[in-house]
Amino acid sequence: MAEPYLSATDMRGGYGKADILNGCTLTVERGQIAVIVGPNGAGKSTAMKAVFGMLALREGKVALAGEDITRLTPQERVRKGMGFVPQTHNIFPTMTVEENLEMGAFIREDDYRDTMAQVYELFPAVADKRRQNAGELSGGQRQQVAVGRALMTRPSLLMLDEPTAGVSPIVMDELFDRIIEVARTGISILMVEQNARQALEIADIGYVLVQGANRYTDSGQALLADPEVRRTFLGG
Amino acid sequence: MDMLNALVAILNFVVIPAASYGAQLALGALGVTLIYGILRFSNFAHGDTMAFGAALVILITWGLQAIGIGLGPLPTALLALPFGIALTAVFILGTDRVVYRFYRSKRSAPIILVMASVGVMFIMNGLTRLIIGVDEIRFDDGARFLVSVQQFRAWTGLSEGLSLRVSQALTLVVTALACWALFRFLNRSRAGKAMRAYSDNEDLALLSGIDPERVVRLTWLIATALAVTAGTLYGLDKSFKVFNYFQILLPIFAAAIVGGLGNPLGAVAGGFIVAFSEVAVTYPWRKIATYLGFEPQGLLQLLSTEYKFAVSFVILIVVLLFRPTGLFRGKSV
Repeated sequence: MAEPYLSATDMRGGYGKADILNGCTLTVERGQIAVIVGPNGAGKSTAMKAVFGMLALREGKVALAGEDITRLTPQERVRKGMGFVPQTHNIFPTMTVEENLEMGAFIREDDYRDTMAQVYELFPAVADKRRQNAGELSGGQRQQVAVGRALMTRPSLLMLDEPTAGVSPIVMDELFDRIIEVARTGISILMVEQNARQALEIADIGYVLVQGANRYTDSGQALLADPEVRRTFLGG
Repeated sequence: MDMLNALVAILNFVVIPAASYGAQLALGALGVTLIYGILRFSNFAHGDTMAFGAALVILITWGLQAIGIGLGPLPTALLALPFGIALTAVFILGTDRVVYRFYRSKRSAPIILVMASVGVMFIMNGLTRLIIGVDEIRFDDGARFLVSVQQFRAWTGLSEGLSLRVSQALTLVVTALACWALFRFLNRSRAGKAMRAYSDNEDLALLSGIDPERVVRLTWLIATALAVTAGTLYGLDKSFKVFNYFQILLPIFAAAIVGGLGNPLGAVAGGFIVAFSEVAVTYPWRKIATYLGFEPQGLLQLLSTEYKFAVSFVILIVVLLFRPTGLFRGKSV
């Protein structure tokens, strides 16, 4: 089998002296949805930030489409095809929805109106509010703007840091549906989620992290069916 | 008739002077608010940037006058202004390179940048005094009045006169043009939107591929252009004196904070609010009251003009107490 589209292997590193990641490995195939779950402080967000280059790795390697990108800055990784949606502060609040998308496409020299139309098609709710300031939207719509902004560079890998944090269950289902739609267009998804059960239901592959290392790795359905995983991480 | 006279008196002594003063404050406050929004500190050197720029404009004006170039009825300073802006911009970009960039790369707390700007302020203040001296300088050549009191009386037959000086009309026109250009730039152009994005969310702007150093340079350039324009218009209107530009810093900050720091529209509104309050509180209203049929005992002047800066202080305190983000919801101080 060929090397997976994203392959982050044996990542070790942290912010201070103590490592947060202790040999964590994440791989995602093209068009797959990969979900990282685990208890608080397991290093889920840190692992994703490491993949995106926001954390210097002491050991390990990150490769995208076979190319080693371990030494690249986040900005350079965006140009290589990574899109990142931070958990908070992920929009420009005093700019309109349309301007948010324009800023997402800032590095693109070509005509990006097609992409913008696709984003509006994916999120009709925010399309109606394109002239409104993004900061005035509801929590769920803001998340849609945030995802839309990241899609404007036409990434091949979209990374979402807890996209459903602080939104209602209905909005969460809606967002997950949209994420599945994005994945169907061939974009790989790497996602950190607190709502582990719902996220694993849509996951092609799930990673359960504990103390910065892989504890269980399997398809989403298999992890949901695993009594050990259910008992320890999904609350029964 | 008395009603009309009262109206003309209000126009002549309150509305016109306050409008042109307000326009000058608005231009200054726009620069302060842009710097605050993008570089995230209150630039205390802004008043002295105005003085420094205006001093250069005066020197260039003298040069132009010496070789016989003028603008007819308009002041020659208008011709010198672009050169003054360019030279000041070079100096200001130099201060960014030498002073502010160091603290920016260290991600220092805003208060450290503020203190650094106080240092820059003292240096620029001293430089300006060294270059042009501390005396009062008048450099408004060309026609003095657009409408003079005698002309107005002859036209209308009213006993109350009204005058509109060229410098006042010029201030309003130039400010309107500058605001129009600035808002168009911020709302329409790619670079302007990048500036707003950077002001809104620095980290996300970085992720989107916006180059922070470019945004910072552009901000300094625009703020400097606004400051030198404001300084020159203020000097044309009132005469140039280095110390006055140090003092005008307070009403400018009051204007920026009243409007909401970081919000350009707020800065313009704040400039006019501060100017109108200042003029209204220090103007003796006796004449107008008399026209309206009252017989006041005193001057009806709430505050003597020496205390005009108290007005800015009071506005500042009231806003910070009751609406710290300003009227247009800028960033909280």
